[in-house]
Amino acid sequence: MNSTVITFPGSNCDRDIDVALKKFGFKNKMIWHDDIELPKSDLVVLPGGFSYGDYLRCGSIASKSKIMKSVIDFAKSGGKVMGICNGFQILVETGLLPGVLLRNKYLEFVCKNVFVKINNKNNSYFKSFKKDILELHIAHNEGNYFCTKEQSKEIADNDQIALYYSDKDGKIDKDNNPNGSLKNIAGIFNKEKNILGMMPHPERMIDPALSGEDGSIFFKNLITDLK
Amino acid sequence: MIVNQQIALDHGLKKDEYKKICVLLKRIPNITELGIFSAMWNEHCSYKSSRLHLKNLPTKGENVIQGPGENAGVIDIGDDDAIVFKIESHNHPSFIEPYQGAATGVGGIMRDIFTMGARPIANLNSLHFGSPEHKKTKNLLRGVVHGIGGYGNCMGVPTIAGQTSFDESYNGNILVNAMTLGLVKKNKIFYSKAAGLEKPVIYVGSKTGRDGIHGASMASSAFDDRIEEKKPTVQVGDPFTEKLLLEACLELMTGDSIIAIQDMGAAGLTSSSIEMASKGKLGIEINLNKVPCRESNMTPYEIMLSESQERMLIVLENGKEDLAKKIFDKWNLDFAVIGKTTNSKKIELYFNKEKVADIPVDTLVENSPMYDRKWEKTKLPKKIKINKKQFKDLKVTNILNKILSNHNVCSKERIWQQYDHTVMGDTIQKPGGDSGVVRVHGTNKAVAASVDSSAIYCWSHPLSGGKQIVCESWRNLISVGAKPIAITNCLNFGSPEKQENMGEFVECVQGLGEASKFLNFPVVSGNVSFYNQTKNIGIKPTPVIGGVGLIKNYKNMITMDLKQNGNVLFVVGKTEGHLDQSLFAREILNEKNGPPPEINLFNEKNNGETILKLIDKKLIKSAHDVSLGGIITAVCKMCIKGKKGVTLKKPNYLINQFEYLFGEDQGRYIIEIEIANIKNVTEILENNSVHFDELGIINENELIIDNKSKVTIDELSKSHTSWLTNYMSK
Repeated sequence: MNSTVITFPGSNCDRDIDVALKKFGFKNKMIWHDDIELPKSDLVVLPGGFSYGDYLRCGSIASKSKIMKSVIDFAKSGGKVMGICNGFQILVETGLLPGVLLRNKYLEFVCKNVFVKINNKNNSYFKSFKKDILELHIAHNEGNYFCTKEQSKEIADNDQIALYYSDKDGKIDKDNNPNGSLKNIAGIFNKEKNILGMMPHPERMIDPALSGEDGSIFFKNLITDLK
Repeated sequence: MIVNQQIALDHGLKKDEYKKICVLLKRIPNITELGIFSAMWNEHCSYKSSRLHLKNLPTKGENVIQGPGENAGVIDIGDDDAIVFKIESHNHPSFIEPYQGAATGVGGIMRDIFTMGARPIANLNSLHFGSPEHKKTKNLLRGVVHGIGGYGNCMGVPTIAGQTSFDESYNGNILVNAMTLGLVKKNKIFYSKAAGLEKPVIYVGSKTGRDGIHGASMASSAFDDRIEEKKPTVQVGDPFTEKLLLEACLELMTGDSIIAIQDMGAAGLTSSSIEMASKGKLGIEINLNKVPCRESNMTPYEIMLSESQERMLIVLENGKEDLAKKIFDKWNLDFAVIGKTTNSKKIELYFNKEKVADIPVDTLVENSPMYDRKWEKTKLPKKIKINKKQFKDLKVTNILNKILSNHNVCSKERIWQQYDHTVMGDTIQKPGGDSGVVRVHGTNKAVAASVDSSAIYCWSHPLSGGKQIVCESWRNLISVGAKPIAITNCLNFGSPEKQENMGEFVECVQGLGEASKFLNFPVVSGNVSFYNQTKNIGIKPTPVIGGVGLIKNYKNMITMDLKQNGNVLFVVGKTEGHLDQSLFAREILNEKNGPPPEINLFNEKNNGETILKLIDKKLIKSAHDVSLGGIITAVCKMCIKGKKGVTLKKPNYLINQFEYLFGEDQGRYIIEIEIANIKNVTEILENNSVHFDELGIINENELIIDNKSKVTIDELSKSHTSWLTNYMSK
């Protein structure tokens, strides 16, 4: 499995995701934002961080950088593209995913473990997942997902919601919403389910010595399901 | 403008200092030169009041690669790996403008670290605010925390530990101390010593603006009513540019282009160029027209004194300019050849083809003033006789809830949750433990770090207080299973011109030195911040210690959360019941006098080393040092973290219950042991002549103190977290 991670100026989880992908068997390549051509990939990842310093709006300048033309073409032709945290914000800014990511409800950066419930397994990201609930880590200032009523209906109708924030038993409510996001949404797909954007960082949970190991399950599953 | 004595005084120089400048130059300086002198000779840059005393600190040790005098200290952690670390204050700017002050404090310290070739791998901070009820405190707290997060999070460096405390003595002068650790290969460390003649001097990073002019001078004087006017002296940070600067510098450092490199911190281009020249015993010639400027019509004076952030000065090998420029172009950063090294041993500045400054380097550095300030010794206060009859009306569980929710004991999770503490994927102990711990990427090693201060003890008796913080730092490292290696210090005090404050400084430093020498825990870097006062009111003396230790195999790391029902707790170290200056005496009995607990360095060392032996033999399941609030507070924290209870045992010697539970005797740890290992542990402790008492047994979910007093861990947990959450939400 070949993966590609795009590094933008200000990306800071690019090394972490590189480590994670390689650990679980991907052949990963790092590509600079100024490059034009995307290497042959089974998966393209837009990493977390503060691309272009979050100037203008999170992800907006990165969405216009050179390499993104190729990424958008790749995604539109059915290629698998995953955006984590700032990567999710970039995907939203390109229009590949609907909605926006607003500032967290309490106007504070939040870094902690959360539980997320997988909503839709009928796709190549979660196909053979045995668990329904994962403990992952979030670290963001703008993770408050929002979209219009029409978009909300559309993503519900098309089963585009990938992950909800929940408690450890899968209960989805206000008490378990770390940033005020609409319906507790933590991640969404495009209509065709080849593009995934999510706020949680699975790459920070790939070792029992770290905060947890549910990230390992995520990547093990990912490499199996993408085959 | 012709310089005269009044202009010199307005620059913060003293009359005789101005006289000395004229004598050294054999003429009257021009305004640019005067600005340069004032920047180099202020307290912040010259250490003129502290140098005499700092030189007595132990700075050498088998693991020390670089002690004080460079951008940061460097220690050897084996296998060609080295850790570069330092702590620095940004107190004055943070009080004037909390967000930018704190943010640029974090940015500045990270630059000190990557200037030496090290990639920052962990940030820590020590924050001291005024009384929670003071009208400024909440906004300052919010602003500082946002600022630290805003900068550190964007840089992608985890903030792994810290401390936040409140005391009315900081009402008019908060403390913001930031510490960074970086990782570097031993043979790739970069220094600031220039070498070779006619080598190009390069400016990289952000453009120079008019921000922060005289920042270092502002940090060298007390506050008065006109504090708002000083806002323009606070620098404005841009973490995005710093992230690019970090990556660009590290990329250039993989090759052999750099001879010397120095970040432009306090006093900007002035101090960076002069330090490089001074260390290399060379001269530097700069054409100020070549300096990239953000604003038009900047004068030589402004260019030299600007403290615009995210800038570096580099002396390159000849012929490497193109290669270096290519790297900085890639990262969209300014790159300019602004001058060269010379053999004149002078700083020579040109602007519009005119020479605008011509100063021998040694007049600015070696000949800078040094003062032997008068100071007052602090007598050890008499022990107070606490009337134990008043204990009869006290209920232990009530006091406990009060202490756990005290603003200096309570959980600071609401703060550290705003800092990214897991980026880089190697944080194996998060904030909230005894030390933060990060793995050395790709190895089995881990580095532990902690920041500590005990202003109350230092205020009561500076000599004891100075010793105590070094010991506390040592204990915090040992409690996670790390071998303590070295420390950095940030010495926050009032005015050195007041004998009382100077005395506090001298004796704290003396105590600090004694302890670090005895524990073989040398000081490798640091920073002094004087004039922490508003009008005539100084802060409590607050030396902050940043300790660093090594865990050879990260899998042997210890945490404080209780692990298993039925396991036994020991308290290691003797409990005498010292209540003077304890949290219990101050908050519950309202008794503010008396001496701080005594420090016995021999026991401290022996107890700590024995704990490490036990950890090495895998005999300890959890550990926590005993500090503020005594044994019972330490036990509660272990219970809350592990979501388990403890049934306490009565001590097997005669001691008042309150003194036993709340006394703050030093050199103590609480350890969790499996029943099967009790004999083994007891033997090792006895063989090493370490005093210990059996403290209790772990149970499901209740703290049982005696027949009459018990409380659920849920209740304690609520007391521990609710204060700060409520405070910050309102």
